[in-house]
Amino acid sequence: MFNNFLKLEWKSFFRSANFGKSMGIKVLMGFFAVYFMLMFLILGFAMDKLLADFYPELDAFTAFNKLIFFWILGDLMLRFFFQKLPVVSVKPLLILPIKRSAIVNFVLAKSVISVINILPLFAIVPFGLKLISSGSNNASVIFTWMIIIVLLTLINNFINFIIESFSAESELSFLPIIVIASVLYGLNYFNIISFSNGLSNSIIVVANNPVLIFIPVAILIVLYVFNFKILRNKLFLDSSLKTKVARVSTSNLDWTKNFGDIAPFMQLDLKLIWRNKRSKSTLWMLGLGLFYGLLFFSNPDFANQPWLFVFVGIFSTGIFLMNFGQFIPAWDSSYYKLLMSQNIKYEKYLKSKFTLMALSVIILFVLSVPYVYFGWKILLAYFAATIYNVGINTHVIMYGGSFNRKKINLDQKAVFNYQGTGAVQWLIGIPILLLPAIIFGVFYAVFNFEIGCLVLGLMGVMGIVFHQKLMKFIADKYLASKYEMISAFNQEN
Amino acid sequence: MITTYNLSKKYKENQVLNIASLNIPKGQSFGLVGNNGAGKTTYFSLLLDLIKPTTGHIKNKDVLVHESEDWKPFTSAFIDESFLIGYLTPEEYFYFIGELRHQNKADVDRLVAQFSDFFHGEILNQKKYLRDLSKGNQKKAGIVAALIGNPEVIILDEPFANLDPTTQIRLKDIIKNLAKKQGVTVLISSHDLLHVTDVCERIVVLEKGEIVKDLETNTETLKELENHFSGTEVI
Repeated sequence: MFNNFLKLEWKSFFRSANFGKSMGIKVLMGFFAVYFMLMFLILGFAMDKLLADFYPELDAFTAFNKLIFFWILGDLMLRFFFQKLPVVSVKPLLILPIKRSAIVNFVLAKSVISVINILPLFAIVPFGLKLISSGSNNASVIFTWMIIIVLLTLINNFINFIIESFSAESELSFLPIIVIASVLYGLNYFNIISFSNGLSNSIIVVANNPVLIFIPVAILIVLYVFNFKILRNKLFLDSSLKTKVARVSTSNLDWTKNFGDIAPFMQLDLKLIWRNKRSKSTLWMLGLGLFYGLLFFSNPDFANQPWLFVFVGIFSTGIFLMNFGQFIPAWDSSYYKLLMSQNIKYEKYLKSKFTLMALSVIILFVLSVPYVYFGWKILLAYFAATIYNVGINTHVIMYGGSFNRKKINLDQKAVFNYQGTGAVQWLIGIPILLLPAIIFGVFYAVFNFEIGCLVLGLMGVMGIVFHQKLMKFIADKYLASKYEMISAFNQEN
Repeated sequence: MITTYNLSKKYKENQVLNIASLNIPKGQSFGLVGNNGAGKTTYFSLLLDLIKPTTGHIKNKDVLVHESEDWKPFTSAFIDESFLIGYLTPEEYFYFIGELRHQNKADVDRLVAQFSDFFHGEILNQKKYLRDLSKGNQKKAGIVAALIGNPEVIILDEPFANLDPTTQIRLKDIIKNLAKKQGVTVLISSHDLLHVTDVCERIVVLEKGEIVKDLETNTETLKELENHFSGTEVI
C-alpha cells in the first residue's frame, strides 16, 4: 500500500505544471539541508568544549541535558514555521478500497522522514561518542540517552502537528505557539516551575534506568494516536465537501475610488484578502512585522549594530509585500481565465497590487516611527528601507510573479492542507532582503551609515521615477507568459 | 461577425482541432455539437484567446483575436466555474463585471432584475458567497454575468448542463431573444441535441476536431443529428 502511495507522489511531483520550479526549490532546500547537517556535525564535535565554557562547574553530559528544554522549545517554534504535514490529495482515494487508516498512517509515517527529524542525530551521535571515548560516561547510559533524544525529536514532530491542526482552525494561526512557548519559557526563566531542571533530571534518570524508556515511548504512542484520530476525522468526504456557508461580510469600499480606474481591482483584492483564510494570514503578518524591530532594538547586543537596522527595516516594512506579493498572480489563479477574457489591461490589474503593497509599506513605516526612541539612526534606516521597498522590492516581487505557475486553492477544501508558511515561502526573502542588506553593507563599510541609507533611498527613488516604465516591462512579461499561466492555473496541484 | 480561417490546434503530434473555414454572421444563434474530445471547448478557448492557435486565426468583428485585445469589450463568455470569483457574492460579482464593462450599478441592477424568475429567488440577496452556491446556481450566475454590458458576442459552453428543467426552458427563451431581437451573436455548445436544435438557427457538428456537418436548423435537423450520433445514418 505504501508503495502505491509513494508511486502516486512521485508522479504528482514529476508531472506537475511547476515541475521546474519545484525541482529548483528542492535542490535549494537540499543545499540548506546539507549545510545544516554540516553545522550540526561541527556542533556535535565541538559540543563538549562549548559546554565547558558555559558551564565550567558541570560535566558536559549534565550541562547538555539542562539545555534540552530550550532546544525543545526552539525546535517546536522552528517546526511550526517550517515543517508542514505532507500534503496528499485524498479525495480520489476515498472511494477506492483503501483503508482510511492506511492513508493516515502513510501521511504520519512520511512526516517522520524529514530532515528536521534527522538533523539532531548529526550533533547527538558525535557528542555521545566523544563522551564515551573520553570515559566520562558509561556507554550503555549514553546509548539509552541517544534513543531518548530521538524519541523526544519524534514527540516534538507529532506535538507540532497537533498544534498546527488546532491553530489552522483559528485565524491568528501563529499566536498560540508563540504564547505557549513564551509562557513555558517565562515560567522557567523566573524559576516558577523549573522545566529545564525537571526535564534534565528525568532524562538522566531514564538514561540510567533503561527500563524507564517505556515512558517516552508511551508518550510518543499517545501523541501518534491523537494525531491519527485528528486526521482520520478529517478524512470523511462530508468534512471536505460540506458547504460551510460563511456569513457574508459586506463593507463599503468606496474610499478606493480615490485611486481612480484601478478601484474595482483594489476592491477585489481587499475582498480577496479579507474573505479567504489563506490570504487573511498575510494581514496578521503585519503585526509580526511591526514588532519584529522590538526583538532587536530592545536587545543591547544588537542596538549597537547599525548594519542590522536596514535589514530589520526592510523586513518589517516589507512583510506584507513579501507574503502577499510572492503569490501574485496566483491569488487570482482560480478565476484567471475570467480575468483574461475580460475587458481589462494587465497594467491596471498589476497597478492595484502595487498600490496595496506600497500602502502597506508606508503604513508599517508610519506605525514604526516610535522606534525613534531607540535612536534616530533606526528611523533613518527604516525610512531608507521604506523607499527601497516601494521603489524596488514591489517591482522585483511582481516581476518574480510572472514566473508563478502554481495554483492557489482559495476554497481550501483539500484535506491535510495546513495553510500557512512552509520553508519554501521564505526563500523569496533572499533577493528581497539580502540584496539591499548587501548593498547597504558595502556602502556602510566603505563610507558610513548615512551614505548607505542614502544609496538605498536613491535606488528606491529611481524605482519610483521609472515606475511607469517598469510596470510596462512587467506587464509585457506577464502577457508573454499568459497562455502558460492559464494552462498551469487550470491544473489542480 | 466571426470568421475562422485555417485554424488548427495541436498538442505535440495530436491534432485536436482543424477548421479550414467557418463564418458566423452577426445575430446568428450558433450551436456546436460533438462527442467528448471533439474540440468544442478548444474552439471556444481559441476564440477567447485562452490558448494559442497552432496555425490560422480567428477574426472577431475584424479583430485578430490572438494579436489584439480589442475584441474584449464586445465579447463575453461563460465557459466553466473558473469564470466565477468564489469569494464574492453574486451581486458583487455582477457589479465587478459591470465595472469592467463600464456599466454602473443601476445599469447592472436593471439588467439583473430581468432575470429574477431565472434565478428562482436563490441567487440574489442570499448573503452567500458564490463558492457556497450549488453548481446549478453558480452556473446561472455565470450565465447572467455574461449578459452584462450589452455584448455583441456571447459564448456559452454547455449552458444547459446542470440546470433544472424550468431554468433550461427559460434559458432557451433568453438565448432566442438575444439572437432574434437584439442581434447578438450567440455561440453555444451542448450535448443535448434537443435543446440545441430548439435554440440554434445553425448547428455545426465537430468530430475529432473537424467539421463534419453544417446544418440550417429545420424540422428534420433533430432526426438527422440523432441518426448521425447513433451511427445509423442513411446516405
